[in-house]
Amino acid sequence: MNADSQIGDYRTQQTLETFSFLPALTQEEVYEQINYMLAQGLTPAIEHEVPAQAADHYWPMWKLPFFGETELNNVVNELEACHRAYPGHHVRLIGYDSYTQSQGVCFVVYRA
Amino acid sequence: MAKKFDAGVKEYRDLYWAPDYVPLDTDLLACFKVTQQEGVPREEAAAAVAAESSTGTWSTVWSELLTDMEFYKGRAYRIEDVPGDKESFYTFIAYPLDLFEEGSIVNVLTSLVGNVFGFKALRYLRLEDIRFPIAFVKTCMGPPSGIQVERDKLNKYGRPLLGCTIKPKLGLSAKNYGRAVYECLRGGLDLTKDDENVNSQPFMRWQNRFEFVAEAVNKAQAETGETKGHYLNVTANTPEDMYERAEFAKELGQPVIMHDFLTGGFTANTGLAKWCRKNGILLHIHRAMHAVIDRNPKHGIHFRVLAKCLRLSGGDHLHTGTVVGKLEGDRASTLGFVDLLRESFIPEDRSRGIFFDQDWGSMPGVFAVASGGIHVWHMPALVSIFGDDSILQFGGGTQGHPWGNAAGAAANRVALEACVKARNEGRELEREAREIMEGAASHSPELAIAMETWKEIKFEFDTVDKLDVA
Repeated sequence: MNADSQIGDYRTQQTLETFSFLPALTQEEVYEQINYMLAQGLTPAIEHEVPAQAADHYWPMWKLPFFGETELNNVVNELEACHRAYPGHHVRLIGYDSYTQSQGVCFVVYRA
Repeated sequence: MAKKFDAGVKEYRDLYWAPDYVPLDTDLLACFKVTQQEGVPREEAAAAVAAESSTGTWSTVWSELLTDMEFYKGRAYRIEDVPGDKESFYTFIAYPLDLFEEGSIVNVLTSLVGNVFGFKALRYLRLEDIRFPIAFVKTCMGPPSGIQVERDKLNKYGRPLLGCTIKPKLGLSAKNYGRAVYECLRGGLDLTKDDENVNSQPFMRWQNRFEFVAEAVNKAQAETGETKGHYLNVTANTPEDMYERAEFAKELGQPVIMHDFLTGGFTANTGLAKWCRKNGILLHIHRAMHAVIDRNPKHGIHFRVLAKCLRLSGGDHLHTGTVVGKLEGDRASTLGFVDLLRESFIPEDRSRGIFFDQDWGSMPGVFAVASGGIHVWHMPALVSIFGDDSILQFGGGTQGHPWGNAAGAAANRVALEACVKARNEGRELEREAREIMEGAASHSPELAIAMETWKEIKFEFDTVDKLDVA
């Protein structure tokens, strides 16, 4: 049988969990996800890490989780500040859910 | 006060029909759908069910007088019409807590669905629901890890998990099987699964399968940077074999094993769940044989009861049907037992087939697994129906992709993430399914081809076991 030119090759990707199979989110799309998180009553938190250590459970926290935060702009400002301070790091946004004691949201906002 | 022994046969209702009884918080409550033989009054049939599933027998016996039967007997305390069904009725029965050994689902089922199901005065009998009192729940270990711990271990948040069963389900060599696993996982699935039929057959012995699969999982994990797993089926002919397989999975550093809780049995399941808790291994539960037990609307055990029993016996995932795929499942009823698996308190809700409030206390939740005949076009509905705490498994929908497993996996992963993103943006997934999927496919050739491949497939037959409505 001849090789079928219709068949494509799938190249393995290094990925970073939720939303990493989508094109990088635009600024507007990131804002929408933050708004969702705030509307769910989750506590925003930011973490960052060098790509080589990305598979670790624990990434360094940026400051502390922003307990009681409800303003989109404040979360955006902190994300940008973290990214400026650690330009070579992945930066991810987490939404802590104190009821389930889990994270309701977690995705990488800045891919290094 | 001393009673006298009165030999002979009494009507059940004299002792076991108690319409004035107010159930205790510690009572185990059950709802049965009863279809009695012609001429048997409802109260007598209900009382017979209560008697035969608790302390009673057909004749009085002198030794009853050596104990306090009032303390131990089950009581039929209510009768209700079944909406839209004249020949059957519901009866509600209260069982005192001390009828059951602590932590033993086996003991509960042996009583409630034992001899009584063959009782001659009944044509059919179906156990619709059980309310487990919190006092009993606290004596059961439940899921080895539960949803929250599993998410933390796998580092997956804010979305359903994605899996698939490796196909063909029988006949692959261990090395070729591991290849199929590797391709799925490197393409973007979180988890793959042994088919339930895969145990340790001549074409693929379990040791070989476990070794090749472990290599596939570890390699995919290293290459993608994401945590991966494969449900290694340890269901076996004897408990000793089961534990030997579980130990080997642990030795290989694998995160999750699998058991078939109905064919394997509750004793095996509870034992294995305890082993998993002790060893930090996740436990996936398959449900082969369930449809034999739960599909007939008049006879058997409703799946919501089996699901509750599994949560108590222990398992981190349980198959629930898909609502949209090739297997039976009414939407409202499925959502009812999905809640029973995952939530900590579920209120009575007849519109979802839930007959009692159920309080699980601190018992961990179980991931609902939707698997069977689903493909990318179902993704918006699945995310909408099942929410984040679910595992969506696309077997044919991954491995049937024209480019193979890895591309099929990527297609599903793109579709899943696009649906979660759209949901979070406040879009209505089921109504806007086409736009959401086409938008996602515009940047994923793998998804575009998957959508083209499965665009015509539908599974629209009427459900056999429907909720009872007028």
